[in-house]
Parts: sequence; C-alpha cells; structure tokens
Amino acid sequence: MPEDRTIQELGLDEYKFGFRDPEEYFFKTPRKGIDPEIVAMISKHKNEPEWMLEYRLKALESFFSKPTPQWGGNLNELDFDEIYYYIRPMENQGRTWDDVPDDIKNTFEKLGIPQAERDSLAGVGAQYESEVVYHSLKEEWDKAGVVFMDMDSGLREHEDLVREYFGTIIPADDNKFSALNSAVWSGGSFVYVPPGVHIDIPLQAYFRINAENMGQFERTLIIADEGSYVHYIEGCTAPTYTSNSLHSAVVELIAKPNARIRYSTIQNWSHNTYNLVTKRAVAEENATVEWVDGNLGSKLTMKYPAVYLTGEGARGEILSVAYAGDGQHQDAGGKIVHAAPNTSSLITSKSISKGTGRSTYRGLLKVHEGAENSKSRVECDALLLDENARTDTYPYIEIEEKKVNTEHEATVSKVGEDQLFYLMSRGLSEEEAMAMVVNGFIEPIAKELPLEYAIELNRLIQLEMEGSVG
Amino acid sequence: MLKIDNLHAEIDGNEILRGLNLEVGEGEIHAIMGPNGSGKSTLSNVLMGHPRYEVTGGSITFRGQDVMELEADERARLGMFLAFQYPSEVPGVSVANFLRTAVNAVREEELSVMEMYKLLQEKMRVMEMDPRFAERYLNEGFSGGEKKRNEILQMLMLEPRLAIMDETDSGLDIDALQVVSKGVNELRGPEFSAVVITHYNRILRYIEPDHVHVMLNGRIVTSGGKELALTLEDKGYDWVRQEFGSVA
Repeated sequence: MPEDRTIQELGLDEYKFGFRDPEEYFFKTPRKGIDPEIVAMISKHKNEPEWMLEYRLKALESFFSKPTPQWGGNLNELDFDEIYYYIRPMENQGRTWDDVPDDIKNTFEKLGIPQAERDSLAGVGAQYESEVVYHSLKEEWDKAGVVFMDMDSGLREHEDLVREYFGTIIPADDNKFSALNSAVWSGGSFVYVPPGVHIDIPLQAYFRINAENMGQFERTLIIADEGSYVHYIEGCTAPTYTSNSLHSAVVELIAKPNARIRYSTIQNWSHNTYNLVTKRAVAEENATVEWVDGNLGSKLTMKYPAVYLTGEGARGEILSVAYAGDGQHQDAGGKIVHAAPNTSSLITSKSISKGTGRSTYRGLLKVHEGAENSKSRVECDALLLDENARTDTYPYIEIEEKKVNTEHEATVSKVGEDQLFYLMSRGLSEEEAMAMVVNGFIEPIAKELPLEYAIELNRLIQLEMEGSVG
Repeated sequence: MLKIDNLHAEIDGNEILRGLNLEVGEGEIHAIMGPNGSGKSTLSNVLMGHPRYEVTGGSITFRGQDVMELEADERARLGMFLAFQYPSEVPGVSVANFLRTAVNAVREEELSVMEMYKLLQEKMRVMEMDPRFAERYLNEGFSGGEKKRNEILQMLMLEPRLAIMDETDSGLDIDALQVVSKGVNELRGPEFSAVVITHYNRILRYIEPDHVHVMLNGRIVTSGGKELALTLEDKGYDWVRQEFGSVA
C-alpha cells in the first residue's frame, strides 16, 4: 500500500469530488430526451458523413425496440426522458496542458491531480512523469504512425478505418445500451497502432461528466495491428449531482495476430450515476487482450468486459475490482469466449461491499466445440466489511468441447475482529486498519496498474470508506 | 510503568481473570508463568484492549494513565506492544508497507522513506532475516518461527515502552528462540519493560527476568526472583496447584 497518509492530510474530502465548473458548453441539445430529430441534430452538429447518421438512426430504432433489461441491477428508476443526450463542453480538443481551458484545469486541480500525485509520490521517493490528465501524444508516436485522438476527430480524419471497424465487435443492436450509445455517441478515443509498433508509455484519457443530467456516451475503438502493443488507460471521476445521470459507453478492441492490448480503467462515478457499459474485445491468432477494470461509485454499475478468442493461441485476461458502498450495486464481472484451439483465459474478480452495498459477480465462460486444449481459470473473491453487506456470484459456464481445462474458485471473506485488533495494536486506527485490509485485498489488481493509478485507486477506496467504521 | 489492580475480565460470560495484581517498574522484565488455562493469554489480550474481552472490575494504569477505556491503537501510541501468540494474516500487505504505516502511526514525527529503509535493514539484521522477507505479505504463509521473528521485528521497529510477549517461545526451535531473545535483549534498558508470558522456563535462560510470577486460575498466586522459574521447572505445575490451589 503506497499510500498511507490520511485523507485529511492530503486535503481531500468527499466534497471536493462534488464541485462543479460553470457549464460553459458551446452546444447542447435544446431539450431533454431522445428522438430521431435529436439524433439528427447531433450528427449534423458534428458534420458527420451520411452513413454515420444512418447508423445512428438505425441504432435508435433498435434502442426503442428493446425492453429495459430486468436482470442484473434495478433500472426502473432510470428515466430516459430526463437526460440531455449531447453537450459539447469546449470548442477544440487541446493537445498540451497549456491548451486546456482554465476551468477544466481548475477541475483537475480541485481533484488533486496532478499535484496530489506528486505529493504522494514524493513520499515514496520515486520520480514519475505525471501524465494522468491529458491526451498528450508524443512526437515519436506520430512518427510511428500511431493514431490517438477523440472519436469524433477519428471519424473525420480516418473515416475509412472507422467505417471498417466501428460497430463490428459490438453491433448497435447487441443490447439496449449499446443501441443507445450507437445512436447518440460522442467523444471517447480512437486508437490505431500500426504493425509491429510497441507503445511503451500508456495512452491516457481522462473523462469527466460535468453537466447536470447529461448522459455521457463515449465511444472508443482501439485497433492494434499485427504484432503491436498498446496500453490504454481511462479514468473517470464524476462530480456529485442530485438527479440521476447516465453513463453508457461502448468500447471495442481489436487485437490482430500477435498484438497485445491492455485496457485499464478506474471509474469513480457519483453515487447517482447509472454506469452501463459494453466492453468487448477480439483477440486474433496469438494475440492478447487484458482488461483491468476498477469500479467505484455509481448507483448501479453493470459492466462485463469481454474477450472473444477467435484465433489460435489467443489469450484473454480480465482483472476487475468493485467497491459497493451504502445504496450501491456493483454488478460486474467478465466474459470470455474460447472460439479457437489452444486459447487461454483468466478472470480475477475482487469485490468489496460495505453497509447496504451489494456486489455481484456475473461472468460467462464459453468454450466452443473445436476450441480444444483451451485453458481457463476464474477466480472471484468477495470481501464484506460488515454484517449487512451482500455479495452474489453468478458464474455461467458453457462448455461444448471435451478437451479443455477449466477452473473456478470463489471465496467470500469478512474483515475479522482479530485482524483489526492485530493492526490496531500496532497503532493504526480502526479506519486505517480497515483500509489496510482492503488495500491488501485489491493488491493483486492494483499492482497491475501504473503506480499513480494504483495510488489513486487506493485513495478513492479510502475516500469511499470514510465513515464506514463505527 | 504498568500497574494492574484487582483486574477481573471475562469472555463470552466466562470469568477468566479473577482479581489479578501486578506492578512492573521502569526497565524491568517480568515473567509470568502458568499452566494452560490459567488466563495468561487473556491477560495479554486484555492489557492490549481486545474488544472481545470484557473487563468487569479493577484497573490498568500505564505510565500514570488509566488505559481501560482506550482502544488498542491508543494504547499502542502510548507505548504498549503485544507480541501475538497467533498473529493474523493480512494478504496483499507487505511487511515493509505495514511497518512503515505502523511506525509512522506511533511516532510523533514521520520517518522519511530512507530513514525507514535503513531502520528496517538494521533491525532485520538483528533478527537474522533475509531482506526479501520485507516484501512478503504480512504473516501469509509464514512458518511459526517466521511469525515470531516478525513479531519481534515489529517490536524493534516500534520501540515500545512496554512489551507484552504472549508465549512467544512456543513452537520455536532453539535457534529461533535465541534470535527472538536477542531481539528482546536488544531493547533492554531503563526505558523498556517487558512482561514475558510463558509456559516454560526455557526462554528465561535467554531473557533473564527480574521478577517471576506464577499464575493460576486468573490470579498471580506467587512471585519471586528468577530462581522461582527454576523451582517451577523442578517441581512442575502440579506443585503450584497443590501449594496454591486453595488461594486461587
């Protein structure tokens, strides 16, 4: 646990995550709710090609035709008519920190990034170039032909690539929320890594919902061409609002033969946000895709990153950690589909529940006939911080091939009185002791994250846990 | 330093301590010996403030302060330390990280990363521990001997004014026992007191006590110098029961 100072010393408290910038957007849909006119307006505003408008309108029909899912979490209070579907907060996407508008900078300052990162890091004596906050594409990436831009720019500047791959991994009509996203998407990232190019420094994007009642529907598409490597990182910290917000993203990853994509997310949504995300990847021959997924905050999260292993020797890994506090439901997990021989997969899921929080592991492991010699391991561990907290596990397993090796392991543990007493006898307060047990529990995930993200994850969980003891 | 007066304590409604008295002065090492079930481990847990035990009477004063209402962490910050007989495992938390947090929790001024690192290296040398040990997860997969060494390492790092050692010698081979004793003797001085709780005389050959007390049925029934430990070794606890069973 690299972070051991108290929240107070860091000058962070929950309210700091609830501040708001004045809403200085340049374009906003004239009314709440969604219909073909709104969709057309969004598309027109972005000067999109005709095919994208048609794609959006078709997706909208699909959205209307699908019922709200009744499995997983409770979506009955989610009112699609009470949401603005498009707001564009600033005119141009800056490329350096200096280009970022001051009020957005202020937001990041208030979040304690990157200053707090530096403070924290000074404590461990490491030197680290903090690039948490902003798209900053290195010159050498440009030279290597790497494309890293927001999705709207991607559509303008790389229309052919986008048209070839957009919606091929997650069709618009995959589910109600992918349909909604396909109709109203805006922002997100577009990444293309040419064959053989290894990007050593992670590509990072920082999203933030900043207009009340605005749904955020980012759309991300990452294509790693043959033999390339990319680590993409996304973090979200939403401010606190009183009415329900909706976040519904679609993320598609394509790992061509021998490519490797790692996609890391830490999301910390305000407690009234519905976080309904569809994430899916295809790993071709000998390719590897890894999802590292941290889910904090939100009222309800439903998110099951998936990897389809379509090429021989492909590998998929899903590491997820979820924290469900009072009134929250984290319904998360992962899906792996083995569709080729000699493929391998690992799902590691860790959840923490406290108070009336509820965490659900929901996973699918599917092995198609002919995917022989495939190996899979699923491990889900739940930690309950008190008596009322709840956890459930729904591991669906469908195996059509005989020559496979699958393992499943699930554990539920409680923070024990003896464990707390032991740590407290060394001078740690009850809250510090609890935080230490929790940080240790998520360590297998945290150590997969870059240092500053691991610190952020630990700190966010400590923030969420504040006042949870007693 | 420590004054226990007519202490009564119970767990799950069973009275274990029944009017225990003990006074430990500055710089003194006291051994408490007693047969199984005499209340030795209850005494150590109660002294450190384990929430499962209920104190039903008497008082505990440490450095002039009544500690009865204090939580374990507050007692630790006053300078009390308990070396556990069965330390808990904390998966995912390295010994080094844990110690860094603990040392900074009990000290008034935080140590820098480098100071901490040097201190840890130094103390691990005393305990004859491999430096890689610091990166292992706290007590997870430790052998019995490693756990006990780790307890004493923590004691050296935290530099308490009073250490309570709950059967630290149990299950140790002679080499481990010597190292553990060396760790305790390292701290020995006018500012360090210890209560060594043990079933056997063995550890007292390495950690020489100033006073020896014999515990039976939740009380101290007799006290003496280090020669009392030898008497016990000769005569066994049956002698204690015969001699003091009626008073206890």
